Amino acid sequence: MKHTISVLVENRFGAFDRVATMFSGKGFNIRSISIGETEIEEISRMTIVTEGDDKIIDQVVKQLNRLIDTIKVVDLTLTPHVERELALIKVSVPKGTLEEIKNINDIFRGNVVDITHRSVTIEVTGPPDKIDAAINLLSQFGIKEVARSGIVGLKRGEQTKIQKVKTLTT
Amino acid sequence: MTASEKISGAEIFFECLKKEKVEYIFGYPGGAVLKLYEHLYDVDFLKHILVRHEQGAVHAAEGYAKASGKVGVALVTSGPGATNTVTGIADAYMDSVPIVVFTGQVSSHLIGNDAFQEADIVGITRPITKHNFLVRDVKELAYTIRKAFYIASTGRPGPVVVDLPKDVIASKCVFEYPEEIDVRGYKPTYKGNSNQIKKAAEVISKAKRPLLYVGGGVIMSGSSEELKIFARENKLPVTMTLQGLGAYPGTDPLSLGMLGMHGTYWANRAVDNCDVLVSLGARFDDRVTGKVETFCTSAFKIHVDIDPTAIDKNVVVDLPIVGDVKHVLAELAAEMPSVPDTSEWLDKINDWREECPLEYENKDGRLRTEFVIEKISEKTKGEAVIVTDVGQHQMWTAQHYKYNNPRSNITSGGLGTMGFSLPASIGAAFAVKDKPVISISGDGGFQMNIQELTTAVYNKLPIKIFIINNSFLGMVRQWQELFHKEKYSFTDLGPSNPDFLKIGEAFGIESFATSNPQEVDSLLDRALSINDRPVLIEFRVVKEDMVFPMIPSGASISDMMVKRLNPKRMI
Repeated sequence: MKHTISVLVENRFGAFDRVATMFSGKGFNIRSISIGETEIEEISRMTIVTEGDDKIIDQVVKQLNRLIDTIKVVDLTLTPHVERELALIKVSVPKGTLEEIKNINDIFRGNVVDITHRSVTIEVTGPPDKIDAAINLLSQFGIKEVARSGIVGLKRGEQTKIQKVKTLTT
Repeated sequence: MTASEKISGAEIFFECLKKEKVEYIFGYPGGAVLKLYEHLYDVDFLKHILVRHEQGAVHAAEGYAKASGKVGVALVTSGPGATNTVTGIADAYMDSVPIVVFTGQVSSHLIGNDAFQEADIVGITRPITKHNFLVRDVKELAYTIRKAFYIASTGRPGPVVVDLPKDVIASKCVFEYPEEIDVRGYKPTYKGNSNQIKKAAEVISKAKRPLLYVGGGVIMSGSSEELKIFARENKLPVTMTLQGLGAYPGTDPLSLGMLGMHGTYWANRAVDNCDVLVSLGARFDDRVTGKVETFCTSAFKIHVDIDPTAIDKNVVVDLPIVGDVKHVLAELAAEMPSVPDTSEWLDKINDWREECPLEYENKDGRLRTEFVIEKISEKTKGEAVIVTDVGQHQMWTAQHYKYNNPRSNITSGGLGTMGFSLPASIGAAFAVKDKPVISISGDGGFQMNIQELTTAVYNKLPIKIFIINNSFLGMVRQWQELFHKEKYSFTDLGPSNPDFLKIGEAFGIESFATSNPQEVDSLLDRALSINDRPVLIEFRVVKEDMVFPMIPSGASISDMMVKRLNPKRMI
C-alpha cells in the first residue's frame, strides 16, 4: 500500500541526502519526494510517498525517526490529511483542437501558462488522481512533456507544534 | 587563555578533547591535519598513538571503546587517510561501538574541486555512521565536537565522523564549550514503558520454559550485574549472541553459551523449545535466527532494545519494550510477581547439554584450535580480555572461552572484518592494564593489518599475539567443503604464507611456534609471564577441521549439523 509520510528535517547541508541514502540503503521505495521550506526558517518539510506492507512502513517510519536530522515523522495516510500535487503538462495542439483543450483545462481548473502555435502548457493542481485524470484526458492530443512536483501534504485540523519532538513507539 | 581571547580551531579542538576527557587518540598525520599535529606536539593531557595504517587507528579506537566503555577517538588526514577509515567505521556501525573519527579535509574553497587528497568523506560515510558532520565555520567547531561525543555515546552507540577543513582549524574564534546539549531530532528513550514491563514480568513469572537471549546491549548499557541478579533469582537460563558473550559468566550453570549458526546444541534447542523468549539488547540478526519463518515459532517474544528500529525488523515480537536494558531490567526484577518454576526446563536443557557436548578430536596428537582455546580459558580463568578476528578461530573462541566479565570479549561481529583483532587489541591494551589482553587471529586475518605489530612494539604493549595457523582461510574452506563441491578456490594460504616467526622477530617481538599439543601449556605460561612487551605464538593447527555445530545459512535449527558426517582428509 502507498503511504504519504511527512518529515520535518533540519534545514541543513546533507539532511535531504541522509533521508535519500536511508531509503536506498534499506531498499525502500520512493514513489515521490518533495522538499521545501516551512514557517520556521531552519526547518524543512519533506513529503515522501513510499510503498510497502505494514512491516516495511513501520521500518520506514522508525528509520526516518532514527536519523539525527529528522525532527518529526508523521504517516499522513493514517490520519485525515490533504495532499496536493502540481503538474505542468505540455500538450500538442493539432489544428482545431485548442478549444477542446481549453475546455478540459477549465474542467480541471487548470491554467494555461504557456502557448505556442503547436503546443500549450497547462498547470494543474490537485490530488494525484486528479492529475492522472487530466494527463489521461489530454493524452489524446499528444503529450510532449510532463513535470510533476511530487506530493505535498499536511494533517487536517490544528497545527501540531514542532516543539513536540518526535515520539517513539513505546 | 582569557575568556574573550580568540584561539585557533586547532587549539579549540584540543580544548574540546580535554573537556571530553579523552585519554588517547589513535591517529596518523597528513597534509590536511598538520595544524592539529602542530598543536598536538605540545599537548600533555592526552596521548597520541601513531598507528601504521588508518584502518588500524579506527579498530584501535573500537578496541579501546569496547574494553573501556568510553568513546574511542581516531584522527586522520583527508583523502586516502579518510577513506582508509571506512572499513573500521562500518565495523563500528554494525557493532554499535562509540567512536568519533576526525578526518582532515581540504580547505573550504577547494571542496568539490578534486583538490589534492580530497575525498567526500561525509558523503562516503553517511550510510555507515550514526551521524556525521562537516564543520563549515570555526564558530561551530566546539558545539559540533560536543554533539559528536554526545551522539556517539548515548542511545544505541555508534560511530560519528567529524570532517575538518584545513582553513576551519586554522581560523580563530573565542572558545566556548557548551555544557548543556540539546539535539532536537535526537532523544533516546531510556526508561521503558512501565505497563509493558509489568506485562513482561507477568508473562515471565508464568513461563514454564523461559529463556533470556542476551546481546551486546547488555554490555554497553553496563547491565551485567542486573542481569546476573535477575537470571539467578528467577532461575532463568541465559544464552548469548557473539557480542553478548561476557554479559553473563560463561562458567555459571545457567549460561548456555552462544546461540545461532555456531551456537551450542543445547542453546539452540532451548531457543527452539522455549515458551517465553526474552531478548535483551540483541537484534535477531540472521546469524542468530537462521530461517526467520522457523525461528522460535511457539514462544511469546519480549524484545527490550534502546533502538526502536531493532524491534520487529527481523522477527515480529509479541511485547516490545523500547528502553535502556539497565533501566528495564531493574524495573522488571522489581515487578516480578513470583519466581517461575523452571527446574524441569533446566533439567531438559542439561539433557541436551549431555546429548551433544562441544567435542573435538584430541587423541591423535595433532594440535587443534579448540584445545588451544580451552587451555587459554583455563590459564586465564576466563578473566582475560580476548580480542578475536573473524573466521573459524573466532567461533571456536566463542564456544570454548568461558568469558567471566563484560567487556572482555572484543570481536568484529556484524561486519565480520578480517584484520580487526591486532589493531583492536592495541586499543584494548591501552584501556586495560590489570588483565592480560590476548589477540587471536587466523593466518589470513593476521596479514590484513600486520603493520600494526610496529604500534604494539613501539608502545611496549604486553599483548599476547596468537596466530591460529591452519594454512587456510578456514571458514571459507569449510563452506567450500560443505556447500561448494569441495572446490577449494583460493583459500589455501599454505604455499604462500610467510614465516610468522621471522615476521615477529623482524618487528622485534619474541616469537614462538608449535604444532605439538604438549607444548601449549608451557608456551602459554611463558607468554602470560611477559608483561612489558608483546609476545607472539603461532599455533600450527590441523588444516581441515570444521566448526560444529553449524546451522547452515538461512536454515532452521532442525537442520543443525552437529558434526562432520563424512570425515574427509585433504592430504
